[in-house]
Amino acid sequence: MPDAINDLLAALPDLQERLSSKRELLLANAVMFSEIPSPTFDEAERARFMMDRLIEARCQSVATDEKGNAAGIWPGKKGDRNILVSAHLDSPFAKSVDHAISVSPNSITGPSIMDNSLGCAAVATLPTLFDQLDIQFDDNIVLLGSTRSMGRGDIEGMRFFLDNKCLSMRAGVICEGGTLGRLSYSSLGVIRGLIECSISRKASAGSLSSGGAIPVLNRLLTKIQEIPLPTDPVTQIILGSVDAGTTYNTPSRTAELRFEVRSEGSGIAAQVFEQIEDVVAETSSISGASIDLNIVAKRKNTSISFKHPLVKTGRRILKALEVEDHAAPSTGELSAMISREIPSLVIGLTQGENRHGNLETIEIDPIFTGLAQLITLLQAIDGGLCDAED
Amino acid sequence: MEDFAMPKIEKWIKRNTFHHSQFFDQLELLKQKEKTGLTVSLCIPTLNEEATIGKEIVIFRSELMERYPLVDEIAVIDSGSTDKTLEVASSFGADTYFAGDILPEQGHKRGKGENLWKAIHQLKGDIICYVDADIKNIHPRFCYGLVAPLLYREEISYVKAFYDRPLAFSQGVRPSGGGRVTEILVRPLFSLFYPELTGLVQPLSGEYAVRRHVLERLPFPIGYGVETSHIMDVYKEWGLEAFGQTDLDKRVHRNQETLSLGKMSFGILQSFLGRMQGMGMEGQLPEMHNILRQFQVNDQQYEQTKYNIVEEERPPMIEIPQYREKMGY
Repeated sequence: MPDAINDLLAALPDLQERLSSKRELLLANAVMFSEIPSPTFDEAERARFMMDRLIEARCQSVATDEKGNAAGIWPGKKGDRNILVSAHLDSPFAKSVDHAISVSPNSITGPSIMDNSLGCAAVATLPTLFDQLDIQFDDNIVLLGSTRSMGRGDIEGMRFFLDNKCLSMRAGVICEGGTLGRLSYSSLGVIRGLIECSISRKASAGSLSSGGAIPVLNRLLTKIQEIPLPTDPVTQIILGSVDAGTTYNTPSRTAELRFEVRSEGSGIAAQVFEQIEDVVAETSSISGASIDLNIVAKRKNTSISFKHPLVKTGRRILKALEVEDHAAPSTGELSAMISREIPSLVIGLTQGENRHGNLETIEIDPIFTGLAQLITLLQAIDGGLCDAED
Repeated sequence: MEDFAMPKIEKWIKRNTFHHSQFFDQLELLKQKEKTGLTVSLCIPTLNEEATIGKEIVIFRSELMERYPLVDEIAVIDSGSTDKTLEVASSFGADTYFAGDILPEQGHKRGKGENLWKAIHQLKGDIICYVDADIKNIHPRFCYGLVAPLLYREEISYVKAFYDRPLAFSQGVRPSGGGRVTEILVRPLFSLFYPELTGLVQPLSGEYAVRRHVLERLPFPIGYGVETSHIMDVYKEWGLEAFGQTDLDKRVHRNQETLSLGKMSFGILQSFLGRMQGMGMEGQLPEMHNILRQFQVNDQQYEQTKYNIVEEERPPMIEIPQYREKMGY
């Protein structure tokens, strides 16, 4: 076995060079994915493009499902086992945003190019690269563009795929555009919530709500920030966005807060959320405002061990590529995969900046290091180098 | 007055108008190309296009050379950009040329038509497809949608792109949505003098694919009049049936100011009227002047701006000794 992994690591420089020679195939796919608007719950066009690419590359069983996922199978020589490679298809950008991408010799810039058009492009281009570079596997590679990942999507696409799949997965690799070196093997406990305040026209003069919904929301924000949070395990309340009011001189009648509670500790996110429920009830009672609190997404803490062969192999590959690894916990699909006992990792493919901004940018050259990492990891899984001992 | 041209136009529109989706199966297209034995060159004329050229080259190389080798070469022919257009294009694998270095014996004139003309000498393809560099929503259809009719229909020699769907064909209703210059200038002129040519939805579109044996026999205005004069010359020499046109759906590009469109119109008029003379249709047309006058506002003062716009012209490439020698004529 040690020889097998050493052979793979020794082949990395050559693989990087061969992948660079196919640069335009990947970059063109990244650009074309990016230029298809794909807000959460409206990913059909990107899914169609993913399927077109998989069909063109002669993948088998290319299909979509009730949640709009796009999937296909690159058949292995034996085909006894299956490895899942996925990327989420949705982006936080509305359809009305200008999705034009610009390409310069060293970088690509435009909405969603990093999160997650590059990841989608990697999944969609893999079978063509396998074919053109004559890279063979014994296992089937199951390629998936998953929907409804972000925000209120609550990784619904991946959950549905895993709950209804016909094939059992030996392991999984989730592709994200950024950042190269990322190696997520644990997922945070996450609860996403939406608070909606609305003010009655008959709010009594002098009450907190007579000033409109914004002062009420402000009181809530202050109270939420006073909730004590453990530092170990790391626990955070992310105040994501606020939407309230329409103009300068009219008290707002409604106000919304989107937030996320995340924690490394099991069950802690739920405990913190209960405290937020108390704050909401108290503020509603004092102000007379109507305040609704709803959970829009929820996922459990899950993890594979740092000593799991999949993690160890992932780190060895990065080290051989002279990339420093960092173990950022995931808030995405990883939770669904590990909780269904599929050992999985999230990897990043390149460096970039301005994530979720209109000038989201990725660097081109590191992509081929990221792709070499991905393919070598798949070869290692395929060769049995990442299986945990029972 | 009875409209004798209309049935012929309608027949031509029905037979020679295509939609890019008809050629979606690029594998089939590739097989057809191999069957014909034809080679295809893609030419992108540029002048300071660094913002958009990278994306065009990446997509064309990936889709039309790596996946389906429908195109045998991709060349950028530049008028003398002062930005990084050529550096960017070259970094993604395009062949890049400064127009002044091609056929230096013939001198160098600045203008898009010059680049297109010199491409005939420089490039190898039996078909040359010209695509502008300023298309924001670039897609391989901008090339294969134009080349495909030439691969399937031997009698077609010159395929123009158009981007807005016609309202209807059957009742003779004219298509909507040519550019402003098309609708205000070119279409009325064609309607007056060459009604058959009004079947072309966008005669001024910058994307077209043409057979070499036609290109090498066309004179090339180097400026704004190149598309109009091509259409008139091809029509005169090979007739309406030599044309095809393909609907490429939406094209997103930078919008030109009205003053720029005025300059364009002036150049087109020179070419148009010049060709009318060549065809003996000038009648009692007055002598043409080369000065276009426009106005601009400077601190509330209206100033007249004069542009000397001369539509210089290159001879057919087949008359150039170096070209004849190269091609063995």
